[in-house]
Amino acid sequence: MMEAQKYVWEGAIPLQIHLHESEITSLPPPPPALILAPRIGYLPLLLPLIKPYFSSTLPPGQDTLWFDYKGLPLKWYIPTGVLFDLLCAEPERPWNLTVHFRGYPSNLLIPCEGEESVKWSFINSLKEADYIINGNCKNVMNMSQSDQVELWRSVMDGNLDKYIRSSSKLKLGTVTTDEADMVGQVKAGKIPVRLYVWSVNEDFEDLEDAPGVDNWDQISYINRPLEIHKEGKYFTLHDALKNLLPEFFAGKSLINDKPCIEESEDAQKVSSEDVGSSTGAEDGKEIFSQPMENDAEIKLIRIQGIEPKLEIPFSWVVNNLKNPEHFLHICVCVKIPNVKAA
Amino acid sequence: MGCFSPSWDGTLSPKDFSVAAHVFTERWERNKSASPSWFWVNSPKGPPLLASSQHDCNEEESCTVEEEAGSCEIDGAADNATLVQSKHHEAHYYDFHIVYSSSYRVPVLYFRAYCSDGRPLLLNDIEKDLPACSSKVLLETKWSFITLEEHPFLNRPWYKLHPCGTSEWMKLLCLGDEVAATNGPAIELYLVSWFSVVGQVVGLKVPLEMVKSH
Repeated sequence: MMEAQKYVWEGAIPLQIHLHESEITSLPPPPPALILAPRIGYLPLLLPLIKPYFSSTLPPGQDTLWFDYKGLPLKWYIPTGVLFDLLCAEPERPWNLTVHFRGYPSNLLIPCEGEESVKWSFINSLKEADYIINGNCKNVMNMSQSDQVELWRSVMDGNLDKYIRSSSKLKLGTVTTDEADMVGQVKAGKIPVRLYVWSVNEDFEDLEDAPGVDNWDQISYINRPLEIHKEGKYFTLHDALKNLLPEFFAGKSLINDKPCIEESEDAQKVSSEDVGSSTGAEDGKEIFSQPMENDAEIKLIRIQGIEPKLEIPFSWVVNNLKNPEHFLHICVCVKIPNVKAA
Repeated sequence: MGCFSPSWDGTLSPKDFSVAAHVFTERWERNKSASPSWFWVNSPKGPPLLASSQHDCNEEESCTVEEEAGSCEIDGAADNATLVQSKHHEAHYYDFHIVYSSSYRVPVLYFRAYCSDGRPLLLNDIEKDLPACSSKVLLETKWSFITLEEHPFLNRPWYKLHPCGTSEWMKLLCLGDEVAATNGPAIELYLVSWFSVVGQVVGLKVPLEMVKSH
């Protein structure tokens, strides 16, 4: 078992959940609920944990659970950890969310009928991943009902051992050939990737000064499989991002600041030379050079709460940091100057 | 014009999609009976998509085609495109989008329906608007089903005809033709053929003339 994958599965976001003021009918108002939400989980699945805190104060009516963060309605089908990485540039702990049991914003969010909807969405993504990897969804479609339930339950319970057992039947495999983790070798093929690109106009020095996301339109969602052609070559996370976002990596610099690489200057030099020797000198040299021509600047790349070094083998990233529906979710923050926005 | 190879798997590349979509809109335009027209819509957060708006009054429909390049830097980062059409039946309006899915490598039909006051229609109401043959098509192509999902670029819930079976039935549809089976199906006719099936689900017919090769 891969250790990092275990960390991902055990990862949780401490939430401090406030009931929206319009739904408070009692005095004094209920205190916020403190809850640990699994990274790989989904917000609606927290209902049984949250409900007891607020049930006595809710106005009459039917429950339709949804959450917002600083007024932004949260898309329930995005894994909780990804929402946190995306919307909290400077991680806020605990993460203050507002819960609503009434007034579902059905013009903005797709409907959610509780666990059934979440499960359906999960299986749907799994099917999509199956199609990307195998060219059809037969593995998922032909899964027996009980296997499907078992797989879903392992995700709900965060039980990695059980998950590995039941998902191995899907033959979605790991993105490796032999010893791939050591040499970064990746078989030619397609990797299911969901990319969230958050564009900001103002520059900021520290992440805590980053503007908030107040509208989903500020985030481009790019759902495009990554095709790997370079067989047997050292394929890095940098190569992958260059492939997915060519406009930001067109032979230019990647990070000119600290956020992505938490290492000393010397270490950076060494590693970029390493990369240079295996992927061609050009790439290596340019990784840490000046900002890009068009002034667009990558501020942050975050996967499962970490800002990985860009020289690490992409196969390691996929195998360890992907979510249980076999998609790798990557959050990217890009600064785009205002002039360009028109 | 290119053909898919005889061992074709029923999918198409983003470039082929663009070619086929242009042929589709062109032919749609030429057959005035098949109004409204389709037009390219530039989505602020994604590549252009093909769109059409429809209203059912007098069976007249109007669509336009416009193409714009990506407007912001991250445009074009996804190879998706959308075909949009709107339809309005008495007080019911329909918008249709055809979006290229990079995962399934096929076109996907998205649509939404609303009343003149802007109130969205629920699937129950929509089903009443759909032609009788719709449920039959949905059954026959057993993989097509309508779900409410998020529009890939608009951050809003739209109805969607699920694409996971599209490549399978497109293969059956296109390779059933003898000429096509020998030479490989024409890339440019992909959208016309595809829409001849999915259009039926939402009550939009493809005129016979459109299917003819030139």
